[in-house]
Amino acid sequence: MNRQILRLSGVALILLTTLVAASTYWQTWARADLAAKQDNAIQRVAQFSIRRGAITTGGRLLAGNTRRFVDGRALYFRRYPLGPLTAHVVGYSTASRARTGLEKSLNDYLTASNESLSTIVDRSLDQLRGKPIRGNDVRLTLNLRAQKAALDALGTKCGAVVALDPRNGAVKVLASAPSFDPNLAENHFSAYNRVTADCKPAAPLIDRATAGLYPPGSTFKVVTAAAALESKKFTPDSVFHDPGFCVEYGKPVHNFADQNGPEVFGTIQLHDALVHSVNSVFCNIGKTLGALPILRQAERFGFYAPPPLETPVDERRGSGLYEHGTLYFPKRDSQVDPGRLAFGQERMLVTPLQMAMVAATIGMGGVEMQPYVVSRIVSPTGKTILESEPTTLGRAVSQDTATAIQDMMIDVVRRGTGTAVQLSGLRIGGKTGTAETSIPGRNTTWFICFAGPDDGSSPHLAVAVVLEDQTLTGGATAAPIARQVIEALLPGTGNP
Amino acid sequence: MSTRSRELVNLFMVGILGTAAFGSAWIARANRVSADGLVDVAVIAAVFLAAHVVVRKTAPRADPTLLPLAALLTALGLTVNYRLDPADGKKQAVWVAVGILAFAATLVLLRFDYRILEQYRYLFGVSAIGLLLLPSVPGLGQRVNGVRLWIHVGGLQFQPGEIAKLFLVLFLAGYLREKREVLAQGRLKDLGPLLAIWGAAMLVLLQTSDLGSALLYFGVFLGMVYVATGRLTYVVGGGALFLGGSAALYTALTRVQERVTIWLSPWTDHRIYCPLNGQLDYRQNCQSYQLVKSLYSIAHGGFGGTGIGRETTTTLAGTPLIPELNTDFVFSAIAQGLGLIGAAGLVLAFMVLVARGMRVALIAQDGFSKLLATGLAFGLALQTFIIIGGVLRVVPLTGITLPFVSYGGSSILANFVGLALLMLVSHRARITSETR
Repeated sequence: MNRQILRLSGVALILLTTLVAASTYWQTWARADLAAKQDNAIQRVAQFSIRRGAITTGGRLLAGNTRRFVDGRALYFRRYPLGPLTAHVVGYSTASRARTGLEKSLNDYLTASNESLSTIVDRSLDQLRGKPIRGNDVRLTLNLRAQKAALDALGTKCGAVVALDPRNGAVKVLASAPSFDPNLAENHFSAYNRVTADCKPAAPLIDRATAGLYPPGSTFKVVTAAAALESKKFTPDSVFHDPGFCVEYGKPVHNFADQNGPEVFGTIQLHDALVHSVNSVFCNIGKTLGALPILRQAERFGFYAPPPLETPVDERRGSGLYEHGTLYFPKRDSQVDPGRLAFGQERMLVTPLQMAMVAATIGMGGVEMQPYVVSRIVSPTGKTILESEPTTLGRAVSQDTATAIQDMMIDVVRRGTGTAVQLSGLRIGGKTGTAETSIPGRNTTWFICFAGPDDGSSPHLAVAVVLEDQTLTGGATAAPIARQVIEALLPGTGNP
Repeated sequence: MSTRSRELVNLFMVGILGTAAFGSAWIARANRVSADGLVDVAVIAAVFLAAHVVVRKTAPRADPTLLPLAALLTALGLTVNYRLDPADGKKQAVWVAVGILAFAATLVLLRFDYRILEQYRYLFGVSAIGLLLLPSVPGLGQRVNGVRLWIHVGGLQFQPGEIAKLFLVLFLAGYLREKREVLAQGRLKDLGPLLAIWGAAMLVLLQTSDLGSALLYFGVFLGMVYVATGRLTYVVGGGALFLGGSAALYTALTRVQERVTIWLSPWTDHRIYCPLNGQLDYRQNCQSYQLVKSLYSIAHGGFGGTGIGRETTTTLAGTPLIPELNTDFVFSAIAQGLGLIGAAGLVLAFMVLVARGMRVALIAQDGFSKLLATGLAFGLALQTFIIIGGVLRVVPLTGITLPFVSYGGSSILANFVGLALLMLVSHRARITSETR
C-alpha cells in the first residue's frame, strides 16, 4: 500500500502547491490590474489610510487632514480650512466621488505613490515602521489676499479672475464665481445644486477661470492687431475711414452703440482704433488679412490647446473657434467670416486664463511664459521633490509688434475705454471687451491688462476678468475688479 | 530530546508567533498598547498545554509536529476572527476549548487501541448518512445562504456534515481494509455496501446543494479506494463517473451552472441580467460579487501584506466589504493581512501537516491504520484545496470551511477529533515499529 500512499501524497502536495502559485499570481502579477478595477472598493477605502500631503500657499493651509478611527484603522479625511476660496484649483478628494482639481492631478504626489527615489525610500521606511504612509506637500503660487480680493469683487456675479506674473508664469489668482465649499463634497454634494448667483444655472463646480468659454468681444482685437502688425501690411499709423459701420456680405455691421446711436470716428489711425475699440476698423483689417492669419496668430498665443497648468486637463479648455462644442480650425478663409472674427465675434470662444496669457505676452514684449500654479512639492521629510522653473512657451509676436500694442493698451487705460484701472505710479495697459448677445442685459464683459512699476521694467502682473450677464460695458464692470486685484498684488500704489 | 519535549518546543514557538499575531490584532482593535490582550493568549496557550499533557499520558510517541501545526492554524484562525469581530473571536475560542476537550476525550477513550473502531464501520457509515440527513429534518434544519447544512438545537447551530466526514473516513477505512483483496481482484459485487452508503451520501449532499462537500467526499473516496486496491482503473472509472456526473449536474442544477459561470468569467464588461435583484448589472456586482471582492482583498495584500489589524475589510462607514470573511473567505482576510508571504506560509503549514499525516500512514503497520491516516490526511489536503482553490479561482468556488482556521464550532470540533485519531495512529505505529 505504501507506494499508493506515496503517490497520493504527491497528488496532495501538488494540489497545495497550485494554491501557492495561484496566490502568487493574484498578489503579484494581477495585483495592479485588480487595484485598477472600477468596483474595487478596498482600493477606494485604503487610499484613506494614507495621510495625504497638505496643499498650502504662502504658509496658509488649503487642504489638510482630519484623522478618524474606523474598524481599528486610522483613516485620514480631507478638510479644506479656507472653504470656497481656492475650491476650483485645489478641488476635492472624497470617498464618494471622483477627485477634482489638484487633488486629482497631483494625487500620486499627495499619496506618495509617485516614483521618485526619495519618495519610494520614505514610503518603504514608513511601511516598515508601521506608520501611515505620508504624502508629499504641495505649495502653490497663489496669493490669498488677491484671491480673496478677486472673489469679494466678483460677489454674486458669475465670472472669473485670472492674475499671473508675466515674467515667469506664476499664477497669483485663479478665482471663479460662484465658488463652492469643498468640505461639502463628501456628504452634502446636493448642496451645490442650491448655490445661487446672478446667472442661471449657477454651476458653481465649473472652473470658469480655466474651463469657462466666453466670446472674447473686443479683447480679441489685441490678437487681430498683433496679426495685422506681424503681417507688415499695417502699422500703428495706418489710416482708416470709419463711417460707423463696416459692410459685411452687403450688410452694415455697426460700431458699439450707446444711447446716441453707433459711434462714428471718421478718419482714424490703427493705434486709436484699438484705444477706442472701433469695430469697423478691425472689421476691415479682418477682411484684408483673411481669417486664417488671425487664427494662426491666435495659435501662437496658445489658442487651440488647453493652456498648460498643473490642474487636470479635463478642467481646462482650449480657446478658438468652436463648432458643435469642439474646437474647429477652418481649412479655407471662406469658411469663416473674417470681419466679425477680427473684432471678436464669429464662433470664437476663449477662457480667462488664455486671455491673461495674451495680456502677459504683450506686456513681456512678445515672449509667452508657461503658467504654473504649483511652486514646489516637498516630501514629508522636507526634501524638495519638484520645483517649478520658469519655462518659456516661445515668442508669440515680435518685440516691435508687442511694443506697439503695449502703447495702444496703455492709451486704452489713459484715455480710452479702460480708464477705470488708472493707478498712479503704475504702468498699466489694458483692453476692454463687451460681447453683446441678442438679449439686453446678457452681455459678457471683459477686461485684460498688464501692470507693473512705471520705471520701464517688465510688468509684474497680467490680469483677465470676465463677467457674465452684464448690462454695462467691460470698462464699467470688469475693469474695476481688475483694479482691485492689481491693488492687492502691487501694494504701495495710491489712487490717482 | 523526547518526542513530547520536541512537541513542547514546537508549541512554544507557535505560541510566540500566535502572540505576535494576536497582539497586532488586539492593539489595532483596542487602539492602545497594553498587556491586557495577553490574558486571552494565555488562556488559549493553557488549553493547548493541557492538550499536550494529555498526549504525554495517552500517546507519548505520537508525531511531535501534528499538534503544534494544528495550534498554529488555530491561533491564526482565532486572530483573524478576533480581528474581524471580537465577539466571534471569543466564541471561536470557546469552540477551540471544546475541540481540545473532544481531542483529549478521544485520546483517553481510545488510548489502548483505537482499532476497536473498525468493528463499528457499518454503524459509522449509516450514522454518517443520518447526520447528513439531519438538516433536512423539518424544524431542525436551517437554510443558510441557500444551502441546508445546519441544524438548530436550542440556541446552538451545528453542522453535522463536519462530523459525518469523520464517520465516512472511519467507515471507508474499515470497509476497504476488509475488502481490499477482493476489490483489487475486481470483484465488483463486493462493491455493494460501499456504493450504497457512498451513493446515499452523495445524493444527500446534492439534494442539499452542498457541492463543496460532495467534491471533497468523492475525492477522499477515490483516494482511499486507490490506496486500498492499488488499481488505477477505479480512479479512472471514478473520474469518468465524476465527469459524467458533473456534466449531468451542470445541465440539471442551475446552481452548478452558476458556479461554473462565475468561475470562468467573474467580470463582465457590460451590464447583464442579474437574477439576485432582477436588474441589469455587471456580474462582478451580482453573482460573482463575493469571489471578486475576495480577490481584491487578496491582491491588496500584495507581497508583504498590510499587517494584521491594518486590513481593509470595511467601507469608510464600517460596513463589511467582503461577505463571509470569517468562514468561506477566511483565506482572503489572511492573504490581505499577511500578504503572499503569509498566504504561502499558511499553505505550507497545511502541506507539512498533510505530509506528516501521510507519513503516519506510511509507517502504520495495519491496513485499517494506514487507510484511516490516509483518509484523514488526504481529506485535509483536499478540503484545503477546494476552499482556497475556490477563493483563488483555481476551481469553481464551493463554500466549505478551511480546517482549523474558519469560524465555526462543528468544523473545529471535527478537526480536533480527526487530529486525535491521527496522533493515536502515529503513536501506535512508532511503538510497534520500535518494538519489532
